[in-house]
Amino acid sequence: MSDQPLTTLAQSAPVSAGCGGGEENVLELAGVTVELGGRRILDDVAFSLRAGELTGLIGSNGAGKTTLIRVILGLLAPTAGSVTVSGPDARHSVGYVPQKFMLDPDLPVRARDLVALGIDGHRLGVPRPSRERRERVERMLDAVGAGKFADARIGRLSGGEQQRVLIAHALINQPRLLLLDEPLANLDLRSAREVVDLLARIAREQRIAVMISAHEMNALLPVMDRVVYLADGRAACGRAEDVVRADVLSRLYGHRVEVIHAAGRVLVVAGEGDDAEPSHPHHLDPEEH
Amino acid sequence: MTRSLHTRTTWTPRSTETAVHALLRAIVEPGFFADGAVQTAAALGGVVAVVAGLIGVFTVIRSQAFAGHALSDIGSAGGSSAYLVGLAPLWGFVGISVLAAAAMERIGVQRARGRDVATGIVLGVGFALASLFLYLGMTYHNGSGEIPTILFGSVFTLSAAELPLVIGLGAVALLVALTLYRPLLLASVSPELAAARGVRVRLVGAAYLLALAITVALCDLTIGAILSTALLVGPAAAALRLTSRPHRAALLAAAISLACTWLGLLLAWDSFYWPPLRHGWPVSFFIVTLVLIVYLAAGALARGRRLRG
Ligand SMILES: Nc1ncnc2c1ncn2[C@@H]1O[C@H](COP(=O)(O)OP(=O)(O)OP(=O)(O)O)[C@@H](O)[C@H]1O
Ligand SMILES: [Mg+2]
Repeated sequence: MSDQPLTTLAQSAPVSAGCGGGEENVLELAGVTVELGGRRILDDVAFSLRAGELTGLIGSNGAGKTTLIRVILGLLAPTAGSVTVSGPDARHSVGYVPQKFMLDPDLPVRARDLVALGIDGHRLGVPRPSRERRERVERMLDAVGAGKFADARIGRLSGGEQQRVLIAHALINQPRLLLLDEPLANLDLRSAREVVDLLARIAREQRIAVMISAHEMNALLPVMDRVVYLADGRAACGRAEDVVRADVLSRLYGHRVEVIHAAGRVLVVAGEGDDAEPSHPHHLDPEEH
Repeated sequence: MTRSLHTRTTWTPRSTETAVHALLRAIVEPGFFADGAVQTAAALGGVVAVVAGLIGVFTVIRSQAFAGHALSDIGSAGGSSAYLVGLAPLWGFVGISVLAAAAMERIGVQRARGRDVATGIVLGVGFALASLFLYLGMTYHNGSGEIPTILFGSVFTLSAAELPLVIGLGAVALLVALTLYRPLLLASVSPELAAARGVRVRLVGAAYLLALAITVALCDLTIGAILSTALLVGPAAAALRLTSRPHRAALLAAAISLACTWLGLLLAWDSFYWPPLRHGWPVSFFIVTLVLIVYLAAGALARGRRLRG
């Protein structure tokens, strides 16, 4: 298969309009390409995020979600293209919740200590405790519903509880952009729902651009303003109803894909016949979540 | 406050004083506080204990106890080579420990997967060197008195002239740890989180490794290369069982370490009158045993607390 026309198609498709500029752009990616170990992981990815909106970064395992987030964070330099975070002090205006988070249950760090490290964990020296600082941490913990387990060691909290503490850690410095890598991966349906609602509220109330990566979009559908859909390193973006369509996704994948709406859920499955690529069947496994 | 002051007036000072003195005399053999060697040992041991406790907390948090142990075992190569060329052992301990830390850093001690490999390689090389230098030392110097001192320490034989250097090195280690406190803690929780905030995780880790190497060298000096890990890791591990706050753990570890060291000195002094008479048991034995007891007690205490809710 030839890359060129597919990329062009994905970009020239009407859906791209949904990712265009705006006055309130917090983040802008243009032509971002990443090659690792001789392989092209991201291919000419371009989109922008606006304040107050929640965006889903959707793609199957290995699609390049984490890589894209690492590029935005400045942890990985793109081979080509540019990443622009608007406003002053770009690095500290981006909040981040990493995907893998394995913690020693004996780590002597309480939930509230980790949230406090969100204020100035990068600074040298020992923190100076103050009532103002304590109250700020307390307010943040309450805002994400983590007040109940604020004094527990973080390594002993459940996955969902840790997720809330990490969100508080990322939010306490009032970032303009919040990136969460697979925050729902280890959560049951109810916790996932709660976390998603919390994030949607944060985006709207605090005018933050929130981007959530996920390999399963259904949990995000009710709240997602826009979607950046990654497949084989290429991205399509726009409103969910414009991107999650058979024609758009088929162009993105480079082979036929069906989008099935059933019982309020959306399933993306490999299409019949055509040039369905046997090398990527796992990308389209609807059972995966 | 006022209450205790008030009750104090009802005491009978004379009888209490004599009772306390009698008790003290039973515990502390005569001459303990007046002896010059004891004073030097208490000062040196005290400084090292406090540094070890504070630095040790991060060693445990970062799961680098094995690296700390390897650094101290390698220290015996440094101590014995310094002895061979007629230098003070401390220079050997510090020199080799810092070199070994640099080697571990190069090989990849900071990667979770490379950690044990890097440590193991350096440990093996260190032991080979140590056995060589110890052998040469014994042949050339025609005596083996220094060898047990290097391996097991002997804080009573140290001279007061070492105090400034020990304090200086300890201060360097503490300064590094205090300066890096927040980034180090964040990177210990998650290197990924720290890096995303602009912390240079690798650099912070390397600086910490330097502080660890210095601390281990100091422990080598007072309680010996073989046992120094116990002083580094034991009090910290005990403290971490008792508190879930990082700075409290550090202070508590320093206190435990200091108490064990001083009590160990006292018991070693007393043991001069135990069999075999007029020889005295090694100080390091007492210190390490006390550390172990505190560690076990802390475990029991923590379990009890958890059971109560
Ligand atoms: N340092 C690296 N060197 C070479 N290849 C890499 C490197 N890091 C990631 N990759 C490859 O890049 C691709 C995308 O990885 P990435 O972690 O971004 O995927 P992902 O979408 O986050 O997947 P998941 O849902 O499993 O988290 C994968 O095929 C991975 O093997
Ligand atoms: Mg990922």
